[in-house]
Amino acid sequence: MRPIHAFHGGVHPPTHKDESTRTPIVQAAMPGKLVIPLSQHMGTRARPMVQVGEHVLKGQKIGKPEGRMSSAVHASTSGTIAAIDMQPVTHPSCLPDLCITLIPDGKDEWKEHHGMDVENLPHAELRHLLRKAGVVGMGGAVFPSDLKADAHRYRVRTLILNGAECEPYITCDDMLMRERAADILRGAELLRELLQAEEVLIGIEDNKPQAIAAMRQAVQDGGRGRMEVMVVPTLYPSGGAKQLIRLLTGIEVPHGVRSTAMGVQCFNVATAWSVWRALAHGEPLISRIVTVTGNVEHPQNFEVLIGTPLDELVAQAGAKPDTDRYIMGGPMMGVELPSFAAGITKAANCIIASSPALFPPPLPALPCIRCTRCAEVCPQDLQPQDLYWFAKSSNFNKAQEFNLADCIECGACAYVCPSHIPLVQYYRYAKSEIHERAQDKQAADLARERHEFHQLRLERDKQEKAEKLAQKEREAAAKAVASAAPVNPQAATDDTQQIRIDAAIARATAQAAAAQPQNTTQLTPGQQAEITEIEARRAKIRELAAGAGAEDEPHKQ
Amino acid sequence: MFSSPFLTKPSSVSQIMLQVLLALIPGIALYVWYFGPAILVSIALASITALATEAAMLKLRERPLRPFLSDNSALLTAWLLALSIPPLAPWWLVVVGTAFAIAVSKHLYGGLGSNPFNPAMVGYAALIISFPVHMTHWLTPHPVGHLELSFVQQLDYIFGGVLPAGLTLDAVTMATPLDTLKTQLHLGLSVNDIRDMPIYGRLAGKGSEMVAIGFALGGLYLLIKRIISWHLPAAYLGALFITAGIFHLIDPTHYVAPLFHWFSGAAMIGAFFILTDPVTSPTTPKGKLIFATGAGVLTYLIRAFGGFPDGMAFATLLMNICVPLIDAWTQPPVFGQKGGGK
Repeated sequence: MRPIHAFHGGVHPPTHKDESTRTPIVQAAMPGKLVIPLSQHMGTRARPMVQVGEHVLKGQKIGKPEGRMSSAVHASTSGTIAAIDMQPVTHPSCLPDLCITLIPDGKDEWKEHHGMDVENLPHAELRHLLRKAGVVGMGGAVFPSDLKADAHRYRVRTLILNGAECEPYITCDDMLMRERAADILRGAELLRELLQAEEVLIGIEDNKPQAIAAMRQAVQDGGRGRMEVMVVPTLYPSGGAKQLIRLLTGIEVPHGVRSTAMGVQCFNVATAWSVWRALAHGEPLISRIVTVTGNVEHPQNFEVLIGTPLDELVAQAGAKPDTDRYIMGGPMMGVELPSFAAGITKAANCIIASSPALFPPPLPALPCIRCTRCAEVCPQDLQPQDLYWFAKSSNFNKAQEFNLADCIECGACAYVCPSHIPLVQYYRYAKSEIHERAQDKQAADLARERHEFHQLRLERDKQEKAEKLAQKEREAAAKAVASAAPVNPQAATDDTQQIRIDAAIARATAQAAAAQPQNTTQLTPGQQAEITEIEARRAKIRELAAGAGAEDEPHKQ
Repeated sequence: MFSSPFLTKPSSVSQIMLQVLLALIPGIALYVWYFGPAILVSIALASITALATEAAMLKLRERPLRPFLSDNSALLTAWLLALSIPPLAPWWLVVVGTAFAIAVSKHLYGGLGSNPFNPAMVGYAALIISFPVHMTHWLTPHPVGHLELSFVQQLDYIFGGVLPAGLTLDAVTMATPLDTLKTQLHLGLSVNDIRDMPIYGRLAGKGSEMVAIGFALGGLYLLIKRIISWHLPAAYLGALFITAGIFHLIDPTHYVAPLFHWFSGAAMIGAFFILTDPVTSPTTPKGKLIFATGAGVLTYLIRAFGGFPDGMAFATLLMNICVPLIDAWTQPPVFGQKGGGK
């Protein structure tokens, strides 16, 4: 038995998982229309590659990945393309996004597809197939799986399969593991092969005994000697990628560092299943398991076609009349959805029908009394009470200094706060402000650089002109002296004097242009060293900033 | 529209403060048992004053009354202050002290959560500096068998300033055990001689040692309920014990045993109820240890070498000043920066 490396903090919110695990996964009914967003993954939006009115088959690619970080989008069933336009999507911003509306023809007719010879295809080809199949992380971060299944220059020792599912209410991974354990492991084996990892550790919280049993059985039946199911205590947020990596391996992945650099990669169990379907059966990612729970008559898990409108799905579970909003994800990190008509995406692991009785509006906030219950539960070892103070007073430099960027927004702090302060909202605000300022600063730096270069060019042109003029005049004077006898010696002297003066001006201008700013002329070696160090640090920061976007995907359950 | 988390744990500032108030009850009960019910009058006076001052200040600061009056924090300040003032004192002493604590030390600094100094201790400090004589007449505990006033006579004195004919205040009160120790040491007596005096019991002063035990029991309840962290009381009592122990070992005739210090004066109520005020103590575990250790050492130094009989209040206030610095110095490493990991 491997030891479990407990992380700091964590909370025990009521789980509410039993309600939706009483019945097996059922196939959701075919909806009247499908609204399929083209941006369901982290990275660039896919480009539509069908026309309005075109008939498409199930599994046919309708959105082409654009750029390195992107993924394909497919028709979830056969039917006719009705519209390609902006529609409300399952995003908290309320901003509409480009979607393809598909009217199903009811035949559910597959495009011709077949499995691949996964044993013998080169790794690059397999990754390309994943990209073409639109496989992305299904724990919520929707990071393109082909990119994650590449160790790049690092040596990945451990592949972690995230089946912790620590958020209350969500049971889609639990049910998937109970019912489709063998295929999950087959997908995991492919990912292990792609990453050349030595072992696969499967982390599951101890409140899912049936899933644990099913996965253990599958490990045994499949003779998978490199795989091990590890049971972790039920403690939110053990399904956070960083927390689960620590729980299973003891490795703490710092902010801004790729887990692969530390020899670990983490995939959600549902992603592993999709990988298997995509590679061994040639089925692109066109459906997923969604928990529909909360204020509904029959909470349960559905296999749902991507693009199924939310209200059509929730209706199948019997939404109660006082339902006033939907939450996508769990109650700790989920987002309230602005529209009931938005289509289910690859990220939608759970839809909670909510009512004022189920999740009452937050109580009025009192001042922070520094009780540090938040610090006691913070899984990232932050000091939330200090971060709150800095965010509230718009002291963003200090917030950064206190590692605001490490906050994973799990909400444990706000959950325990006796003053009912919406802490996470303060952190989100501070983070967005910091982001905005960084962008402003970048823009200002660019403008300054341009301006400086412009000045430099003007100066150079002026200097060159003066140089040319002086040259010309010198030539003219020499000619004059040589050709004509000095008729008026006074005048000639004046001329040569003028030439000398011009030359002197030109020299002075040249010198001024060449001269450095005054305050940098006489530097002590110490100051010089400091400057060099600062320059180096700046270069490092620029480099980090350029690379940061791609690597820090909060792969959450 | 709200955003996540949509769940919160059912807890509130008001409940936390209420738990702390409840935890004071064993100590108060023993206080009443050994010294009579006069302390309840002080607590009632302080409570009324605290709520009235709180309301007036909230009104002046244009803050909502309900959430703040019901947060129980003013009540806690009132109880702690009342417990550190002699019960047999003119009514206005408690009122002035409490009003000062709430108005000046709490609200002028920004109200709940913003005060750098423990309000109860500021109130106590203001009183002991302004009215030192009134602050030294303590009730004698029943077991000493001293002459005692009846409760009605006590009320007459508290509200009317009238003592029964032929009695002086000195005749019916005494100095605290800590104060007595200090004066007698100055008079040249040895610790052993002093400890034989009738006002001393097994651990420290008769009666007051039992009250201290009552507060310690309440403190243990808070520890078990995880309302306070162990760092503060452990470090405070530890530092007080070790400092007192060192001096006691060097010269036992002049420096009383560490246990005496634990169960005298405000050490126990301070360790569990005063230092643990979250607003005025550090937030980091390491910071809490430093803070409480400092307070423990200072308490001893003030008791043994300072001008006041007890040092708890000033030790707390002095350490309160250091809290921002301590917090800044003791930031724990965040996830992934512990150098541990692998």
